Amino acid sequence: MKRYSLMAGAAFCLAVTGMAIWTAAADPVDETLEIDGVPMTTRAPAPEGHPFDEVLSGWLFREAETRATQEDTFENPGMIAVEEGAEIWNTVEGSAGKSCASCHDDAAVSMKDVGAHYPKWDADSGKPLNVELRIDKCRVENMGAEAYKFDQPEQKALTAFIKHQSLGTPVELDLSEGDMQTWWDRGKETYYTRTGQLNMACATCHEGAMGHYIRADHLSQGQVNGFPTYRFNTGGLVSLHNRFRGCIRDTRAEFPAAFSDELMALEVYVTWRGTGLSVETPAVRQ
Amino acid sequence: MAATPKPRVKIPKSASAGEVITLKTLISHEMESGQRKDKDGNTIPRKIINKFTCEFNGQTVFACDLDPAISANPYFEFSAKVPESGTFKFTWVDDDGSEYTEEQSIEVS
Repeated sequence: MKRYSLMAGAAFCLAVTGMAIWTAAADPVDETLEIDGVPMTTRAPAPEGHPFDEVLSGWLFREAETRATQEDTFENPGMIAVEEGAEIWNTVEGSAGKSCASCHDDAAVSMKDVGAHYPKWDADSGKPLNVELRIDKCRVENMGAEAYKFDQPEQKALTAFIKHQSLGTPVELDLSEGDMQTWWDRGKETYYTRTGQLNMACATCHEGAMGHYIRADHLSQGQVNGFPTYRFNTGGLVSLHNRFRGCIRDTRAEFPAAFSDELMALEVYVTWRGTGLSVETPAVRQ
Repeated sequence: MAATPKPRVKIPKSASAGEVITLKTLISHEMESGQRKDKDGNTIPRKIINKFTCEFNGQTVFACDLDPAISANPYFEFSAKVPESGTFKFTWVDDDGSEYTEEQSIEVS
């Protein structure tokens, strides 16, 4: 009898220690991200009305090797696409005989910090445009070229190239322009609406279970400051709307079309949730 | 996008004699395995980088063979001891016989 209780005690101790380790491992790391020696903001005070006190970059939730790959642009495989984007920037396309560079010249100057403030209100179209749709607008209206198909490699490369010009710049949206606030509200509603056979909302994982594991995966706040992101599981760049659709698909819901009003509103809202974080494009994730 | 393979190399510009330095190399390449089929069911021919070498002043420092299971855009990181100033020459050999090379010199004091 005595021996039994001793065993039970030992087992209890083991369980407690095991749990403590498990919980600790699920916390975001306390480290600083420097890309080529330039410090990034991976923790920022949350804007007013935010459910968290602090917004955290997804980088803090990843494995040490994944984090290290992002710290050196030479090692970051997403940079290959960024280089391709630079070539596209200088390539003439369409009936007007222009390239991006014909009007915008050097992207390092003209596109500096631009991507950190997208999606941006566009009065012409009466809705917010993200970088992808802004590129399309330019291609159609100014270059006489066709809009890109969703997730065409050129679209991802050029978007990543443009957003990369804001590397390190804190994300900040201007919600006072046009109807941005209405779109923000709509995005927020989507974020908190449970959907699919699994009956999950974005908030279920990225707010309620942030920092915990979902099977073997470590749930982050679901920030979007590093998109388009290089993912090891894909071996290439993943666009934000592809990621949205993937998440919604995993709840076993029908997913909206890329660049639909629903997902654009969600992009406005989710981008706002990462206010103050550095643009990390192309981030490296698992 | 199967663009022309482009080699990239990152090594320190200078080192002290006998120092062990880290060399990082990457080549953009689709590494088509030869196992995949296109829409019509025809095999997509194999096209991979099958050999990589690194020489320092003509002497081999690192060499390896690559096989079809290696991912696109192969990345190698290795270290070497540099006794004197000289040039590292990196060579990637493609299945179609093309060779892509890159050279970088290092100042040893």
